[in-house]
Amino acid sequence: MARIVGIDLGTTNSLVAYMDKGTPRVIAGRNERNMVPSVVAMTDNGLIVGDPAKEHLTRNPARTVYSVKRFMGKSLADVQSELAYFPYTFTEQGGVIRFKLGEKTYSPPQISAMILKELKLRAETHLGESITKAVITVPAYFNDSQRQATKDAGMIAGLEVLRIINEPTAASLAYGLQEKTQGTIAVYDLGGGTFDISILKLKNGIFEVLATNGDTHLGGDDIDRLIADLFIDEIRERHGLDLHTYPDYMQAVRLEAERTKIRLSDVLKTTATLDLPDGKGRFTRELTRDQLESLTMGLIERTLAPCRKALKDAELTPEHIDEVVLVGGSTRMPLVRQRVQELFGKTPHCELNPDEVVALGAAVQADILSGGTTDMLLLDVTPLSLGIETMGGVMSSVIRRNTTIPAGAKEMFTTYVDGQTGVDIHILQGERELAKDNRSLARFRLKVPPLPAGVPRIEVTFLIDANGILNVLAKDMRTGQSQSIEVKPSYGLSDSEVEQMIEDSFKFAADDVSARKLIEARLDAGALITTTEKSLLEGGHLIASDNIAATRTALAALSAAKDGTDPRVIRARMADLEQAAKPLTVALLNDSLMKGLQGKKVSEVT
Amino acid sequence: MDHQHRHSSSPRELQMARSMCWHCQSEVSGEYFCDRCVKVQPVSKELDYFTCMGFPRRLTIDPRQLESKFYELSRAFHPDFFQNKSAEEQTISLGNSAMLNTAYRTLRDPIQRAEYLLDLEAGAVKDIRTSPPADLFEEILELQDTLDEYRAADRASDTAATLCAKLQMERTTLERRQQDMENALQQLFTQWDILQDRGEATDQTRAERDRILKHMRDILSNRTYVKNIVNDLVATIS
Ligand SMILES: Nc1ncnc2c1ncn2[C@@H]1O[C@H](COP(=O)(O)OP(=O)(O)O)[C@@H](O)[C@H]1O
Ligand SMILES: [Mg+2]
Repeated sequence: MARIVGIDLGTTNSLVAYMDKGTPRVIAGRNERNMVPSVVAMTDNGLIVGDPAKEHLTRNPARTVYSVKRFMGKSLADVQSELAYFPYTFTEQGGVIRFKLGEKTYSPPQISAMILKELKLRAETHLGESITKAVITVPAYFNDSQRQATKDAGMIAGLEVLRIINEPTAASLAYGLQEKTQGTIAVYDLGGGTFDISILKLKNGIFEVLATNGDTHLGGDDIDRLIADLFIDEIRERHGLDLHTYPDYMQAVRLEAERTKIRLSDVLKTTATLDLPDGKGRFTRELTRDQLESLTMGLIERTLAPCRKALKDAELTPEHIDEVVLVGGSTRMPLVRQRVQELFGKTPHCELNPDEVVALGAAVQADILSGGTTDMLLLDVTPLSLGIETMGGVMSSVIRRNTTIPAGAKEMFTTYVDGQTGVDIHILQGERELAKDNRSLARFRLKVPPLPAGVPRIEVTFLIDANGILNVLAKDMRTGQSQSIEVKPSYGLSDSEVEQMIEDSFKFAADDVSARKLIEARLDAGALITTTEKSLLEGGHLIASDNIAATRTALAALSAAKDGTDPRVIRARMADLEQAAKPLTVALLNDSLMKGLQGKKVSEVT
Repeated sequence: MDHQHRHSSSPRELQMARSMCWHCQSEVSGEYFCDRCVKVQPVSKELDYFTCMGFPRRLTIDPRQLESKFYELSRAFHPDFFQNKSAEEQTISLGNSAMLNTAYRTLRDPIQRAEYLLDLEAGAVKDIRTSPPADLFEEILELQDTLDEYRAADRASDTAATLCAKLQMERTTLERRQQDMENALQQLFTQWDILQDRGEATDQTRAERDRILKHMRDILSNRTYVKNIVNDLVATIS
C-alpha cells in the first residue's frame, strides 16, 4: 500500500510527519525547520507559502493570508466580529467565505490546499516518492462543515484524505506510543486559533475518548490581539496616530505583540518596540509578565469551563485524571500551565515538543491505517449533538455529543397531508434547544410516493463515520428501496465547486512539477559543489595543474547554473563537473588505497 | 401482545437467521467472520444488543467484562482495520462498528440496559409520563406552585429566601425518593436474573416474569418523571 503521511494543518503552523520503522518523524524543510508557517502570499511572481510568505505579512498585507483555519467551514456572518482584524477583502458565495486577493477570489479550502501542497512537496522531496494519501488533523471541537472543508482542502491539494483525526487524540497516540501509558488522561490543546480538551482512557492499546469539549475560536491569536490593542491605544494617545489606517503597521504591531508575549514566557519583563509610520519615530513599551497575565487572565479562564464540562460528561472528577498532557504553542505560557495544574491538581506533562506532537500522532494513525501498527486503536467521539429540526423550530437530538464514532441512528418519517410527495429535513449540530441557535449543517428533501397522510414510511439513517463526518441514507420501508439523497451543505462547497477547484489546481500542477525538479537539481548541485571543493583541498597536490584548473572552471560553471532556473542546465553542468573532476576522484581513491595497504604492512610487521 | 412467542425465540435462533456468507455463500452460523473466506459478516439487524455482545439477558453485568468484550469486538470491526479491504467490507465494518457502539452504550448504563430489556421482553415503548405518579401527586403539585412563586419573586427579598429554603427541603425529599426507587430497581434486577438463570418455562415463572417487568416499567417511568422535576428544581435554585 502506498505510503500515508500525517499532517497537522494548524492555524499558525503546519507540519508533515511519517512513520520511520516504528518511530514517527517530522519532515524538515530545506531551511531545516520542521514547521511551515500557515501563511500564503500571492505575489506578482506567483504564490509563496510558509516562511518566505511570512515576510509578506507586513510588505503586502492585503494579499497575504494567515490564520485561514479560522475561516474553514464558515460564512461571513459567523466571523463578522473579527473581520476588522484582517487586512484583506472578504466576499461570500454559497455560504462560503472568499478572500479577494488581487484579481481572483479564493475559498478557505483553496488557501489551505496551498499549505497542504507545500507539505506534500516537502514529504515527496524527503521520501523520494510521490505522496497521494494523508491523515489530516482537526480540532476535536470542529463541526461537520469544518471537517468537510478540511477534506475538500486535501482533495484540492491532490491528497486523498483517508482519515480526519482530532488533534488532542492524535497527541495522545504519540504519547501513548512513547510512554505506554495506561489510565485516564486529559489532553489540553491551546494553539494559535483553537482550544480543545479531550479526556481519554488508555488501556491495552485502546485509546477510548470519554468526552471532548472546546472552543474553535480561542487561542494565541486572541492573546496577541489583546496586546496589540493595548499598544494601538497607547500609540493613539502618545503619538496621535491611528494605526488602523495603516494595514502594514497593523500587521507589524500584531507580530510585535506576539514576539513580546513569547518572550514573556521566559522572562519577567521585556520591551516591545515598533517603528511608526510617517516619520513619527518609534514606540517603545515595557511590559511585565504580571501585566500580561492580568490582561489575558479572562481568556485563559475561558478554557477552564470546557474542561469542567468534559469532566462532567465523562462522569469524572479531577482526582480521576492520572495524567495531563499539554499540546500547542500557547501552553508554553506560565499562566496556562498554572491554571491547568490548579484545575487538575497535577503537574502537566510536556515531554514531547508541543509543536510537533500532533503531527507525530497523525503519522501513527496513518501507520495504523496502512496496517503497520496493529496493536493501537483509537475510539473517538463526536463533539457535538446531531439533530433535526422538528415542528415549532425545536431541535430534536438524534445522536448525542460524546457518542463513540462510528455512530448511527435511525428515524422514521411520514407525511401529514394526503398525496404529499416530499418531506424537508433540516440537519443541525449543537447543544441548544431551538433549531435557530444551533449550527445548520444541511438540508435535503426526502422523496415520498403520493399516498394518504401517515401511510408512507421512510427510514432515514444518520451515520457519523470515523472521521466525524455525517452520511445520510434513506429507505422506503414499504418497498425496501433505498433512495439517494442530495444533501445541500449549509456552509460548504458543493461537489461541483470542489471539482472545479481541483481542476484549477491541476493547471498549476505542471508548474509544481518543474518547481520541484528545480529544487532537487539545486540541492544535488549544492552537494556536488561541497564534496568537490573538499576533494580539491585534500587531493589537489596529487593531480596536474591543468586538471585543477579544469575542475575549477567546471565548478564555477555549475555555481552559475545553480542560480539559474533551468534544472536541465544544472544537471548538464553537474555532469561536466563530474567529468572534469575525474582525475581528482581517481587520484584520491588510489591515495586512500595506498594508505590502506601501508597500514596493513605496518600491522603485519608488528 | 403475545409475550410467550417472544420468550421462546432464543438468541441462538436469532443469530441463525443469518446463515450464509455474503461473499462466498458458505455457511456461517452467527460467527462474525466467515470460516472459509475470512470476510467480515454484517451483524444482523435483528440481533439484540445482548447477543451482539455475547451476554445473556441479565440485568447485572460486570462492567469490566463488558468493556473487554467491547474492546475485543472493536478490534474486529473498526474501519481502521479495513482500509485496504473492498468497498463492501468497508461498509460492513462501518455498520457493525456503529451497531457495536450503540450496543455498548446501551448495556453499559444499568438504567438504559433495563429499559432496553423491557423493550425486548415486553415490547414496551418507553412510557413518557405526563402526570405525576399517584403517590407523589399532592407533593408535586405543591412543589410546582412553590417553583412558580419563587420564579416570580424578587431574588433579594425575604420571601425568596423562605421559598428557596422550602425548595431545598423538597429537593432532599425527592432525592431520597429517587434513591428508594434505585434500590427497588436493584432488587427487581436481582429477581429477574435469578429467574433468568433458572431458565424454567412454567406458568408460574411466566407470571412472575410479567410481574417483575411490569413493576420495573412503573418504577422506570416514575424515575424519569422525578428526575426531570429534580433537574428543573436544581436549575431554578442554582
Ligand atoms: N513560548 C511561547 N509563549 C507563548 N505563546 C507561544 C509560545 N510559542 C508559541 N506560542 C503561541 O502558540 C501559538 C501557535 O501554536 P501552535 O500549536 O503552533 O498553533 P496551531 O496548532 O494553532 O497552529 C501562537 O499563537 C504562538 O504565538
Ligand atoms: Mg495545533
